[in-house]
Amino acid sequence: MIGVISYLVFFATTASILAIAVLGLNLQWGNTGLFNGGVVAFFGAGAYGTLILGGTAQAGHLGGYGILYPLALLGGMVAAGLMAWLVGLLTLRLRHDYLAIATFGVAVAFENLMRNAEWLAGGAKGVRGFERPLREALGDGFLYNLIFFAAVLLILIGVYIFLERLVASPFGRLLRAIREDEEAAQSLGKNPARVRLTAFITGSVILGLAGGLYGTFYAFVSPQDVLPTLTFQIWAMLIVGGAGNNRGAIFGAFVIWGAWTASGWALSRFAPVDVQLYTGSVQFILIGSVIVGMLMWRPQGFLPERLVVSQRGKP
Amino acid sequence: MAEPILSTERLGKSFGVLKAVDGVSLNIRKGAITGLIGPNGAGKSTLFNLLTGALRPDSGTVRLNGQDVTAMAPDRLFGRGLGRTFQIPRPFARMSVLENVMLAPIGQTGETISGPFLMRGRMQQEEQRIRDKALEVLDFVTLGALADHPAGQISGGQMKLLELARVLMGDPALILLDEPAAGVNPVLTATLIGKIEELNRQGTTFVIIEHDMDFVMRHCDPVIALAEGRVIFEGTSDEALRNPHLLDAYLGAPADV
Repeated sequence: MIGVISYLVFFATTASILAIAVLGLNLQWGNTGLFNGGVVAFFGAGAYGTLILGGTAQAGHLGGYGILYPLALLGGMVAAGLMAWLVGLLTLRLRHDYLAIATFGVAVAFENLMRNAEWLAGGAKGVRGFERPLREALGDGFLYNLIFFAAVLLILIGVYIFLERLVASPFGRLLRAIREDEEAAQSLGKNPARVRLTAFITGSVILGLAGGLYGTFYAFVSPQDVLPTLTFQIWAMLIVGGAGNNRGAIFGAFVIWGAWTASGWALSRFAPVDVQLYTGSVQFILIGSVIVGMLMWRPQGFLPERLVVSQRGKP
Repeated sequence: MAEPILSTERLGKSFGVLKAVDGVSLNIRKGAITGLIGPNGAGKSTLFNLLTGALRPDSGTVRLNGQDVTAMAPDRLFGRGLGRTFQIPRPFARMSVLENVMLAPIGQTGETISGPFLMRGRMQQEEQRIRDKALEVLDFVTLGALADHPAGQISGGQMKLLELARVLMGDPALILLDEPAAGVNPVLTATLIGKIEELNRQGTTFVIIEHDMDFVMRHCDPVIALAEGRVIFEGTSDEALRNPHLLDAYLGAPADV
């Protein structure tokens, strides 16, 4: 029994962390129409940033600053935001598909940098020596995981409330206008370049927060954590849940992560042994099929965008 | 003539070998409803895009109230009192009609990422004011009842009225309308004209691109005609009707009809 509950907590923690990431992407794509094809780079910047800043001293690579955990997490978010600022200045002039290609390239470059620059983040071996916060007080057992889950859940709720307020404000109105028709918005006195950059950075900071929590949860991050697979997973979550709808984003994260985990389990249990070798590849095909299928038959997702309005006309 | 509200000097814009706008110099009189006519491909819309900053000219200058605004971005020109609509209406489709209009005022407190959180009280007061004004403007253009509708679902003519409403939120001194009557049913056209003339009496200057000669002759004065990127006529509507050049270039010889 405790085993099942323990597993559920583990599952829900990962799903909640991913839900935070999907919310960040939703601000960029769902609300502003920015096609970020390099989600994992900003997620990774948060994870690496947090672990390098908050870890213990290590030989051979940057890090071991042992900074107080909340500050380290904040540092990870800042790292993701700085990267988004730089990438945004260079690529945000690009429209839809070109922006997607450019950001995808950034993510591949990020992974390669992390894999090869050993002095920076341990290369292929990853960043080690990170101690999870309050570990001494809480130990490594079930209690720790439960409290960590509660903390992640609180952060998820906080991010959700922040974004809901934001999209219902004049700023949200501005984002939607840029998404719908940039030129028309500019003719009404709005500066699309600035708005796009602000939304891109804000979404990326949220992605960085998710990455920081992810790194904290595993107390480890390596180039294996920043593969394009994660970008596709997070996109699948948003598309399935419903782009433009924050509840849809969270729903999609749990559904897709559940399907991913279940398919992995089912394959390892029931598939012939020679297929089991390719579990990862089979899952990859499955997630691709889910994206294609949704886009063909229900492009608005399970929880479509509602007509979000900042103000109503007649009371 | 009093100082023009908008003027251009030898304005030029080419696309490859095509000279879309070829050395256009003109003055737009303050307080008038100027009609801009010309056959398809005469350069009317390109000229509009140069005047509103949507395109950068290759040569020449644009002055607004005597100040050089050549190649200034559209958002800054809107802030200086120049509003425009589009030939094909461009509503923010997945936003309500009211939100389309409430978007327009510039420098809103809640328009920044921190505003909705750090200056909540001020933002809410401002929202109340903007909402009241937006509903007033929507009533003015007869769209009041559609305030909560998605803007993508109203008719093409209503979209033209919506574009005018959006522009009015900025209290512009000069409004450029690109084919406001095209594809709009006669009843809505009459409504639109009525509103334009009412605003004009209150002091707003208009420049209107229009294909419908009848419309231009009845509602616009003066009239400017373009052909092949050049100004071929400038004068009153009566003069325009009697001008043989213009009839040739624009209407074609009677035998062709």
